[in-house]
Amino acid sequence: MRIFKIAGLLILLAAAIAFPLLFPNPAVTTVAVFTLMFAGAAVAWNIFSGYTGYIALGHAAFFGTGAYAMALMCQDWHIPAGYTPFYLLPLVGLVAAIVAIPLGIIALRTRRHTFIVITIAFFFIFQLLAYNLRGLTNGSAGLSLPIPTWSGAFYNEPFYYVTLAILLLALLISWWVRNSKYGLGLLAIRDDEDRALGLGVRTGPSKLTAFVISAFFVGMLGGMYAYFVEAIYPPFAFDALYDVVIALMCFMGGLGTLSGPIIGALILEPTQQYFTLLYGENGWYLVIYGVLFLVIILVLPRGIVPTTSEWWARRRAARGNVEKPGGEPPPAPGVQQDTQLVVERSEGVKEVNL
Amino acid sequence: MNIIVEAVITGILTGGVYALMSSGLTLIFGVMEIINIAIGALVILGGYLSYVLQTYLHIDLFVGLLITMPVMFLLGLALEWFFIRPLKRDRIMLSILVTFAIALIIEGALGLIFSTNYVQLHAWYVSASVNIGGFYLAYIYIFGFILSVALLTGLYLLLYNTKFGQSVRAAMQNRTAAELIGIDVERVSMITFGIGIALTAAGGMAFGATTSFNPGSSYDLISRLLVIIILGGMGSLRGALIASLFMLVIEDVTAVVWSPVWSSTVFFILLVIVLLVRPQGIFGQLEGRKQ
Repeated sequence: MRIFKIAGLLILLAAAIAFPLLFPNPAVTTVAVFTLMFAGAAVAWNIFSGYTGYIALGHAAFFGTGAYAMALMCQDWHIPAGYTPFYLLPLVGLVAAIVAIPLGIIALRTRRHTFIVITIAFFFIFQLLAYNLRGLTNGSAGLSLPIPTWSGAFYNEPFYYVTLAILLLALLISWWVRNSKYGLGLLAIRDDEDRALGLGVRTGPSKLTAFVISAFFVGMLGGMYAYFVEAIYPPFAFDALYDVVIALMCFMGGLGTLSGPIIGALILEPTQQYFTLLYGENGWYLVIYGVLFLVIILVLPRGIVPTTSEWWARRRAARGNVEKPGGEPPPAPGVQQDTQLVVERSEGVKEVNL
Repeated sequence: MNIIVEAVITGILTGGVYALMSSGLTLIFGVMEIINIAIGALVILGGYLSYVLQTYLHIDLFVGLLITMPVMFLLGLALEWFFIRPLKRDRIMLSILVTFAIALIIEGALGLIFSTNYVQLHAWYVSASVNIGGFYLAYIYIFGFILSVALLTGLYLLLYNTKFGQSVRAAMQNRTAAELIGIDVERVSMITFGIGIALTAAGGMAFGATTSFNPGSSYDLISRLLVIIILGGMGSLRGALIASLFMLVIEDVTAVVWSPVWSSTVFFILLVIVLLVRPQGIFGQLEGRKQ
């Protein structure tokens, strides 16, 4: 079973690596780069919001911070176009992470809806600062970045592979968090923060660390985005839609699961790009995108991964019953499967109690 | 000195309009425990409805409210029925996503119908002004403030002097307990949602008469309204009223003392400072442990 799983993952990885070689059309690879960026951001967002249950709707602030950090570093240090800007990415991520520390300390004093709204407010503060700190950000005129001289067919490939590397790194961290004692603490916070505190989970530092980790990756992807689109403006670097879209990706795939955010991004981002291509940035695009949002949330409120894995577990349990009539009752679904299901059941109990 | 007094007066008058809009938002939160991001877009929709009534049917803005408010009330009922009621788990987060989607649809539809050009509502009281102790103020500011006071008084009477109001307040205090003593919380929620939306429609008219707007104006509006209700304490009507006046006065004073560019930033920074001291907002109650 384990071998199949590893083989499957390797095939997926090989497919991801081979993708730009198989589909070298720049129009396709551009969509692929954006999809990977969103997948990476969704995975990073999920490390914090998915595991702790604190829904942050201001990560575009870190995305924009990353984008501006990248642009300013390239501009002030006279970085030539080419591969050098990619080496700046960890530094860019670090800037976003450092910015995230005070924001996290302030925002994490609150919980639930207040936390959500504070993160939204932070996002708007940053957007306003990008418009107003003209000396630093050049206001609404925006900043431009060095443009690489790579040929048209090859142009997207470096971006593709670097973004893929960031995504894989984020996924690795997410996997590690999920399987560590630290991650267990985060999941405990999601279930019942006061009880987790009572049981000895150091909730404050745990939440803050997860917040900063996710800001780090989102900031790196912001830097990536800035270099990819070559010029940044406040409304695009700090985009309110971005906040909600990465959250929706995670919800669609399955909040707090490892693969959910990627699945959500793989479905949503190409769809969005397609609609943008079809209708441009006009009203139809917004209407269709909104309808799509609504359908996803109302049809799949729990996300694809939890829904299918539960269905799979139930199916297996049912089959086990048929094969062994009168035998031992099948193990309760989800016990050995995944903490996710256990967590969800305990949530169900809470809902009954409420 | 004179300009500061002027800014304070304008701040209070526009603050009244914001109080109208934010009370809709906080009322909905109080009863239903959901955050309605679509309020921003619904305010703009209310503004456009008044615009249509005035431009094509030549109905006065304030008279037009007799049409727009019931229409928006019914729209609110429909939205609650179709989109909010089906949400059973993760209500806060899913409601944000759902209402954001609704906001996108409204914004897109308004963009298709009216294009993204800015419009402003016109009437004699928008262009004519009155001299108050040395400076001129358009009548609409005063009329808008009176409208807000009238509607908020009506809301107050509804909440504190009727059986329905009692149910609403019971549901705000404790949803489960309200259900246990036989209040049909779902019905109360639906009507509250409708009332909240109807109030925003009136706010939208006053907003559209004092500011020019386009379908995209909703983002700015919703961010301010969220800040106001957080600052006042979520679910607290009194908090929303005071926070609206306070914030708008601060914003207008910053605009004249420092620069209009920074007034919104001050608005948000103030929120952060207040929350550092009182995470639950000025009039909010500390959330008890929910089990």
